[in-house]
Amino acid sequence: MTNKNITWFKAAPIAAFPENGGACVKYHDKQIAVFHFKQLDKWYATDNECPHKHQMILSRGMIGDQQGHPKVACPFHKKTFSLETGLNLQGEDYCINVYPVKIEEGFVFIGV
Amino acid sequence: MTQPLKVVVVGNGMVGYKFCEKLLTKAGGGSFSITVIGEEPRPAYDRVHLSAYFSGTSAEELSMAPASWYLDNGIRLLTGECVTQINPQARVVVTHTGLQIPYDKLILATGSSAFVPAVAGVEKEGVFVYRTIEDLDAIIAYAKNANRAAVIGGGLLGLEAAKAALDLGLETQVVEFAPRLMPRQLDTAGADMLKSKMEQLGIGIHLNKNTAFFDGDVAVKGLSFTDQSYLEADMVIISAGIRPRDELAKQAGLAVGPRGGIIVDDALTTSDAHIHAIGECALYQNMIYGLVAPGYEMADIVATNLVSGQIDKTFKPFDMSTKLKLIGVDVASFGEPFCEHIPHNTLVIEDKLKGIYKRLNVSTDGKYLLGGILVGEADNYNMLLQMTKNQMILPPSPEDLILAPRKGEATAGAGISALPDSASVCSCENITKGTICDAIESQNLADVAAIKKCTKAGTGCGGCVPMLSDLLTETLKKQGKTIKKVICEHFDYSRQELYHLIKMSETRTFEEVLTAHGKGCGCEVCKPAVASMLASIYNEVIAKQAVIQDTNDRYLANIQRGGTYSVVPRVPGGEITPDQLIALGVVAKKYDLYCKITGGQRVDLFGARVEQLPLIWEELIEVGFESGHAYGKALRTVKSCVGSTWCRFGVQDAVGYAIRIENRYKGIRAPHKLKSAVSGCTRECAEAQSKDFGIIATEKGWNLYLCGNGGIKPQHAVLFASDLDDETCIKYIDRFLMFYIKTAEPLQRTATWFNKLEGGLKYLRDVIINDSLGICHELEKEMAYLIDTYHDEWRVAVETPEIRSRFTHFVNSEEADPSLQFVEMRTQKRPADW
Repeated sequence: MTNKNITWFKAAPIAAFPENGGACVKYHDKQIAVFHFKQLDKWYATDNECPHKHQMILSRGMIGDQQGHPKVACPFHKKTFSLETGLNLQGEDYCINVYPVKIEEGFVFIGV
Repeated sequence: MTQPLKVVVVGNGMVGYKFCEKLLTKAGGGSFSITVIGEEPRPAYDRVHLSAYFSGTSAEELSMAPASWYLDNGIRLLTGECVTQINPQARVVVTHTGLQIPYDKLILATGSSAFVPAVAGVEKEGVFVYRTIEDLDAIIAYAKNANRAAVIGGGLLGLEAAKAALDLGLETQVVEFAPRLMPRQLDTAGADMLKSKMEQLGIGIHLNKNTAFFDGDVAVKGLSFTDQSYLEADMVIISAGIRPRDELAKQAGLAVGPRGGIIVDDALTTSDAHIHAIGECALYQNMIYGLVAPGYEMADIVATNLVSGQIDKTFKPFDMSTKLKLIGVDVASFGEPFCEHIPHNTLVIEDKLKGIYKRLNVSTDGKYLLGGILVGEADNYNMLLQMTKNQMILPPSPEDLILAPRKGEATAGAGISALPDSASVCSCENITKGTICDAIESQNLADVAAIKKCTKAGTGCGGCVPMLSDLLTETLKKQGKTIKKVICEHFDYSRQELYHLIKMSETRTFEEVLTAHGKGCGCEVCKPAVASMLASIYNEVIAKQAVIQDTNDRYLANIQRGGTYSVVPRVPGGEITPDQLIALGVVAKKYDLYCKITGGQRVDLFGARVEQLPLIWEELIEVGFESGHAYGKALRTVKSCVGSTWCRFGVQDAVGYAIRIENRYKGIRAPHKLKSAVSGCTRECAEAQSKDFGIIATEKGWNLYLCGNGGIKPQHAVLFASDLDDETCIKYIDRFLMFYIKTAEPLQRTATWFNKLEGGLKYLRDVIINDSLGICHELEKEMAYLIDTYHDEWRVAVETPEIRSRFTHFVNSEEADPSLQFVEMRTQKRPADW
């Protein structure tokens, strides 16, 4: 993430996102899942597409933690991914992209 | 500084890949520069599970590691590059594009090619071999215009190919030269059993057949055999064995066997000290090892010795035991399956009805297992193999090892705890019981996935996975740890305990429950489990805590492939008016929904986008429909037959009673889904005995059946009480359901719950009929509360703006999900394949 030119995309107001859950944001042709992990007081953004069966679905997945590490579980086959790194937590090869998130003046911005 | 040793690997198959992986792990980086040259266009893939390609597994999923893995580990990978020459004097290999690559150590992992018998006409169109992904692609393309496939080869590989042909929808015939199938693994009786199983599945088996020529002009149209018989086929797949790829070695002057294979010694060194051969191209003591496990072992030995710079490890004749599922039939052969020249006694079980054949070869003193054959059922394979390999003393009646355990009895014979630590549990990766148990203890592994990740056991053929699970339970038990089934890492309680705690502490939200009784943030296991308990206790609107619900409950609809949802309105008892039917049709048409009648006597409307759900329900509610809870772990339907109101055999009003029951229990959430049915007479047209609670009419009243289910393991419900009147029957169901809801584990159906209930049927009758625990009053009260607080979830969702507004795909756009794609099927739509 260092020294890379980040474009901050203004996604939606905070209230548009459920607490401790996810919602999907459209950015040009891209779909980005945004999670408001209120228990940790953190925001995460990842691809909305689950790489297992290429379904646009991760924003509807349940979030939680595995040994303290934040994760999201795909609703289709319960594949779990780290919200920090995007790696599959069951040791499978595929992973998802993660994006930085910042909150300014009540709005959620995603670094793309 | 010394130059890193230049290691060149020719061949990027499973064994070549495994060699790189082992060398990297052992060397810890730095001391080797590795180049891998593979002639296939893609990096190494899992050839063992190649057939899965036909059933939809992608080339990507079969891949051992992506190209980036090689890059990340500093390995130079050349794909689509063919080595044409080895110059052992100059220690250089030359490729077809003219690259000259010098080496210090050359590893030949060239594998094998399909053995193609010298039969006239083999060059005709429609004749294929079964070896690479490219072969498979060609077969799939050709099969589109073919009807009848002949597979040459009745061995392991041939039957794999036959399965593939069957999966492609072809009429499939297997042709074998030997007098029986799988001649290397099975005896005559075992092979006969397999043959009749295959024939039942519609595969023709032709034994003792020697193909004289392939008939046809340009394309093949049949096989002519030396016994003058003829078999029509518009496609031929040759899968009759392998031939080691030794042509490079031969041309470089290395010693090869008379029937092929690069000759190697104990250290897998060829006749040139700088060249090793591993996997299916290597000939060790006149034997080619055509399985992945010995190939991996060879890779390990060469890598170990390269790193240490001396011969620390040598290859020994390898156990060729195998277990596999051939077209749904378990087949295994282990140790000495035939015992041709070894004194022994045989123990055979043959059940032609079930298609099971099991043979054990026991030493003449009755103490040891020497080997055996299993066809039709091979559940005990791992244990039997271990007993053979480790010379474990047999139990007094060894037949118990292969007899199916009778209900209620534990599996006989020595348990996994009797295995010595040195026993190799995962033969693909050669990992011992000791290593696995140590890892479980020292790294606090809690599930099989963690064991796989940490030790690599179970990542090859996967055959040892059930054993890993047993080892885990066993090890944890020894440590005095959780035999108790806790919900997950966030709640150190069983469901029953947590249910009780939630009630006592009157916690009503997930956060409250977590703060009071759990730790961490929760996960996809405990969130829906707690959501279900909260619903069973308080019956509040579940949509108010949407993010802890599984996706179906979060959107009050069933998610389907592609990410659209299906809608199932409640039709109590399956009774529906023409107007209601028309209304369903109107809505379905308006929103272009795929329609299907369900097994539970209702109509399922598929293909609704998330933002369409409230609109659809608004219209359905308008005409009097309610949520059918098809998405929930809740009561689904109470199916009925038409009963005495119409049927000449009916003795009670089945439909009327079913409607009453369905309306009574609708909306009630349970650990798992609940299904019910009412039949109007003993003919049982509503199939009530396959339900969680089923009711069958008698002349005098109702017979109540409990704890049946269909699904993966169908189980009949048991007769709980007979000739009940309307009210008593309902009273018993009230008590039964509430007792189940309070005591079952998460996602445990009533059948599984009942099977684990200590005391069984008698105990259940005691609790529910005789009130032996003194809880019946409480159970009835709790059930009455749930019935009184019923609300139609969809009506609430549609009428509550805060809930309704969540039904969108994007939060920053009104647009529908643009990735959704449908194709037409029989005049309706369905999602495009994934």
